[in-house]
Amino acid sequence: MTQAYKITEHKFDAIVVGAGGAGLRATMGLATKGLSTACITKVFPTRSHTVAAQGGMSASLGNMGEDNWRWHMYDTIKGSDWLGDQDAIEYMCREAVPSVIELEHYGVPFSRTEDGKIYQRPFGGMTTNFGEGTAQRTCAAADRTGHAILHTLYQQSLQYDASFFIEYFAIDLVMENGECKGVLAWNLADGTLHLFRGQAVILATGGYGRAYFSCTSAHTCTGDGNAMVLRAGLPLQDMEFVQFHPTGIYGAGCLITEGVRGEGGILRNSKGERFMERYAPNAKDLASRDVVSRSMTIEVREGRGVGAEGDHIHLHLEHLGADVINKRLPGIAESAEIFAGVDVSKEPIPVIPTVHYNMGGIPTNYHGEVVYKDGDNPDKVVPGLFAIGEAACVSVHGANRLGSNSLLDLIVFGRAVANRCGDIIKPGAKHSELPKDALDASLDRLDKTRYAQGDIKTAELRLEMQKIMQNNAAVFRTGEVLQEGCEKIAATAAKIDNVHVSDTSMVWNTDLVETLELQNLMGQAKVTMFSAENRKESRGAHAREDFPDRDDDQWMKHTLAYLDEGGQVNFDYRPVHMYTLSDECEVIPPKPRVY
Amino acid sequence: MAEFRLPKNSKISKGNHHKADGATNTTTFKVYRWSPDDDQNPRTDTYDVDMDTCGPMVLDALIKIKDEMDATLTFRRSCREGICGSCAMNINGTNTLACTASIKKLKGKTISIYPLPHMEVIKDLVPDLTHFYAQYASIRPWMQTDSVPLPDKERLQSIEDREKLDGLYECILCACCQTSCPSYWWNGDRYLGPAVLLQAYRWLADSRDEYTGERLEDLEDPFKVYRCHTIMNCANTCPKGLNPGKAIGEIKKMIAERHAL
Repeated sequence: MTQAYKITEHKFDAIVVGAGGAGLRATMGLATKGLSTACITKVFPTRSHTVAAQGGMSASLGNMGEDNWRWHMYDTIKGSDWLGDQDAIEYMCREAVPSVIELEHYGVPFSRTEDGKIYQRPFGGMTTNFGEGTAQRTCAAADRTGHAILHTLYQQSLQYDASFFIEYFAIDLVMENGECKGVLAWNLADGTLHLFRGQAVILATGGYGRAYFSCTSAHTCTGDGNAMVLRAGLPLQDMEFVQFHPTGIYGAGCLITEGVRGEGGILRNSKGERFMERYAPNAKDLASRDVVSRSMTIEVREGRGVGAEGDHIHLHLEHLGADVINKRLPGIAESAEIFAGVDVSKEPIPVIPTVHYNMGGIPTNYHGEVVYKDGDNPDKVVPGLFAIGEAACVSVHGANRLGSNSLLDLIVFGRAVANRCGDIIKPGAKHSELPKDALDASLDRLDKTRYAQGDIKTAELRLEMQKIMQNNAAVFRTGEVLQEGCEKIAATAAKIDNVHVSDTSMVWNTDLVETLELQNLMGQAKVTMFSAENRKESRGAHAREDFPDRDDDQWMKHTLAYLDEGGQVNFDYRPVHMYTLSDECEVIPPKPRVY
Repeated sequence: MAEFRLPKNSKISKGNHHKADGATNTTTFKVYRWSPDDDQNPRTDTYDVDMDTCGPMVLDALIKIKDEMDATLTFRRSCREGICGSCAMNINGTNTLACTASIKKLKGKTISIYPLPHMEVIKDLVPDLTHFYAQYASIRPWMQTDSVPLPDKERLQSIEDREKLDGLYECILCACCQTSCPSYWWNGDRYLGPAVLLQAYRWLADSRDEYTGERLEDLEDPFKVYRCHTIMNCANTCPKGLNPGKAIGEIKKMIAERHAL
């Protein structure tokens, strides 16, 4: 097989896969450390899905009232429903301030306060004084913060001595004896294959929202890095935790930022009630996302949904006035007009909880090093392999991520992984010889897929998978529905070798790309469903009607899900880190989570 | 004598017709096709799409065609909400984003789709944007300062100064304006084009940037800026409602003012 495909080899110190917020920040940091760095990305960097983030990036700058990183830490732990690792959360919340300042210095066009500082808005679950007041902690560039940050990072990266390989699709990790040695990738523009050797391979490949039928995620959010890790025989962590954003546009699924509610927007049911007052008396519409999504789902179920089918909810911002809409929320006004035909100054936006974010992913420590459980050691590092951003599960978001903690996660851990690599990698170190058959399995899969002549269209099988995920791993879950989901997704996954690929070209063959992406999604869909069935409690985004309470005795632990070659899902567990990095803050012990 | 005939391989032939069997409410999409793998001329394939089972946007139709009728159709797409800039293409003669182009709002029963004009085509609707990106990098589109800010404090910027970036920073680099500009078609090798100049002005307009003089110096060239003849296709076509032509006017004004000093 290696004979049939000619492979160009590249040698670098570090290879970053993905050029969203995390990947670009890591690439810049690695280049600054004097490491020869390649960044491989399947889309041009500014097309990455970070660009679609709207509301902002959290950091306790205190520009709009007193704030403290310890309060941010408390909120994040509570938001995570005590599944987040507290050492990593401390690290992220402390590093938030220098991270956002650094972005401002890079040129991010943040909105400003009267005294010229970075503007900060309220966001769900963000409080002052350990839950007492509402914090204004989310640094915003109008409602286009992700766009502003991603473009700025790309602009900055042009200054650095890093090599970009754009519109290269990563196929597999190259592993040897449990160590990562590089990545195999396919250049779409000319159809050639490339082996990228690196002392460090950093996966910044994002989430896998496209495993579901309706999501805010881009078409390209297929979790390719997660799938490469599964294929390498390593586990994914906490995959049962899938965040539904309360406000996706009904029908289109496009995101309407939580910043709308941060600026004073209100959810109402068909009776015109501000129903969040009943579910979260203090935080109301700014409760954390899992809480708001569940409340909306209950309203719809109990017959108080809006619209002809009574199946969605109204988000009102008419009362905010033209000034707030034009200055703070111009992007969502445009989206609502295009995708819902709504003039937000006059009418409410029809919204529905929509799949948005994967708390689960590749388990790492707070340096971004990929870890797994080896005998008694739950934090064993995989040499040469790192993961950051939505692809990673550090875990700073635990069972539920707070809004505006994602852009933060990208920047903080993009920096962290570069620092770590700077410490442990010797620039220009020699790469070991790979065994002759190192790429055989990957090339064999590529070739088989390219010439696949089965009975099922890729798009048809993808839709089947997406519908199962949508129906059987939704906002509320029960054992029965999840068991049915496991059977169904296993049966659907088994059909993957029976797909039909029509385009056999190697140049910009998006039929083949989509089929490889479907293979990637399928493994993740499967471990998500099985992990959800396996976890018999309710925590954060994982709401089991048959186990409505959090069970800290049995389940305050991370799920590790392996997918073996026969397609069997196997579980193991890692303890949650109930300790801090420094003695400058306290461990937050579990308590009931009310907003 | 000069040869005024187009080369043989530039002739677009009529391609395949994919019908929507049994559908009663159809819209016809004529789509440009070209593959680098064979020596065939480009062609336009015709697809009758069942509107009763299709989403509202042109991108929805293209995805439906790829999913159900012809998996070989090749185009870029990602966010599907008008923010990533991947699916820029020429739709009924206008450069725009397929994901925000409503099928209903396009007139007629037939919708023609071509790649962005005057760019090398890699395959079907995928143009080669390498040169565009290189031009973007050439204007040094990052903040340049000599002063060193305190590491723990942001640079201050007034609300008014920040407002000067509105209408500039929102650019998504889709290249709709760039490839709609006749001056860029003619002099694209040396004229920077509207999208790149909009970004050049974004940094000139930023109160925090300290390299205004150097930036203007670099832009002052018979081709880089001055090939703009205010045709204004750029502003007409921008899917984000931005006005690159106006930004180019501001650059010319700044260059003139610099000389008047």
